[in-house]
Amino acid sequence: MAGLPLRNRPCGGRYEDIVAAIGNTPLVELRRLSPKPGVRIWAKMESFNPTGSVKDRVARAMIEDAEEKGLIRPGQTILEPTSGNTGISLAMICSRKGYPLKVVMPDNVTPERTQLLEMYGAEIVSSPGDQGSNGAVAMALEMAGNDASYYMPYQYGNEANPAAHYHGTAKEILEELDGEVASFVAGLGTGGTLMGHARRFKEELGDAVKIVAAEPMQGEPVQGLRSLDDGFIPPIIDLSLLDRKIFVTNSDAITWTRRLLDEEGVFAGVSSGAIAAIAVRIAGELDEGNVVFVVCDDGWKYLSSGIYTRPLAEIENLESTLWW
Amino acid sequence: MATVRIPPVLRPSVGGEREVQAAGEKVGEVLDALAAEHPETRGQLFGDGGELNRYVNVYLNDEDVRVLDGLDTAVADGDTLVILPAMAGGSG
Repeated sequence: MAGLPLRNRPCGGRYEDIVAAIGNTPLVELRRLSPKPGVRIWAKMESFNPTGSVKDRVARAMIEDAEEKGLIRPGQTILEPTSGNTGISLAMICSRKGYPLKVVMPDNVTPERTQLLEMYGAEIVSSPGDQGSNGAVAMALEMAGNDASYYMPYQYGNEANPAAHYHGTAKEILEELDGEVASFVAGLGTGGTLMGHARRFKEELGDAVKIVAAEPMQGEPVQGLRSLDDGFIPPIIDLSLLDRKIFVTNSDAITWTRRLLDEEGVFAGVSSGAIAAIAVRIAGELDEGNVVFVVCDDGWKYLSSGIYTRPLAEIENLESTLWW
Repeated sequence: MATVRIPPVLRPSVGGEREVQAAGEKVGEVLDALAAEHPETRGQLFGDGGELNRYVNVYLNDEDVRVLDGLDTAVADGDTLVILPAMAGGSG
């Protein structure tokens, strides 16, 4: 091997610490999933971030934004509602920077998420699983309202969330593909990934780029609302920036998570499977061009569910687990 | 006729059914037919001005009609409308 030149410089970069190493993730072509020769499907591998998810970018942006604005100082407790990934990213970053962290999380997520949060030293407050992420958001807002000593970054309403993608992920994609993006597909959670990319891509490429949201069709056991007025729309979402918004069932999401693994060797979480399903569908509707989708997280946090090895029919709690 | 899938939170208003049939050539017409048959749903589906309630998402087959043509989105015979409450998404 000696003497072979490096094909890529600067090898992903050289950084002062693990927090600074967030971002600059690879863009990987998935040729087997592409339905036609002229259409290329690219996976933005956000699973390569230090804690294994795209939320590292968001958590860092929110904490550094609050630091720059003088809203927090080391020792202050950070509080955040999350279905897991943002909590894990915040836990890692807060532990490095000296902020105690409390996360409010539904009690029906996979157990690995709890372990990862504890591993990084976060305190977990459980919200009722049958209320999904809505329940976690409501509980965190109430806790913050009752105790002014908490600082809540609030990813659902914090402009630093989409800004992390506008200034980071979207720029990286444009640079790698020389500005040629026909369609971008991401998951709809807080809306941060979609809004940040949509603003950057529409500014640079106009209406030539189509922005597509894949969203979870949450199982009925997770729709435990008392009335429709308990519904929740993340404040940072601007629907006018989306060209399509398509739901994916849990079983389709898991089927496609397996296809990513079996056909392309990409070991990803369940939301990434759902997003891949929509990316392939959009690719089938195009004649040519680049379709980019986000691999939000890796598969380690879902191993205990057996989704990578068991038949779909044998997966327990398929509809009552909060997969996204 | 279109099939309309009813979320758990609305089922008490349609006699417990999981899905119902309703006629109409546009999404608004189908929902209006549903509300005519099951009057308790009207106040939940629509706002005071007749617009779609903010916290109701309606999907034609699997696409959100708000990013299509809203209540004017055309419905074909045999299509499915899925009504879902707006939920905070995941991967967060």
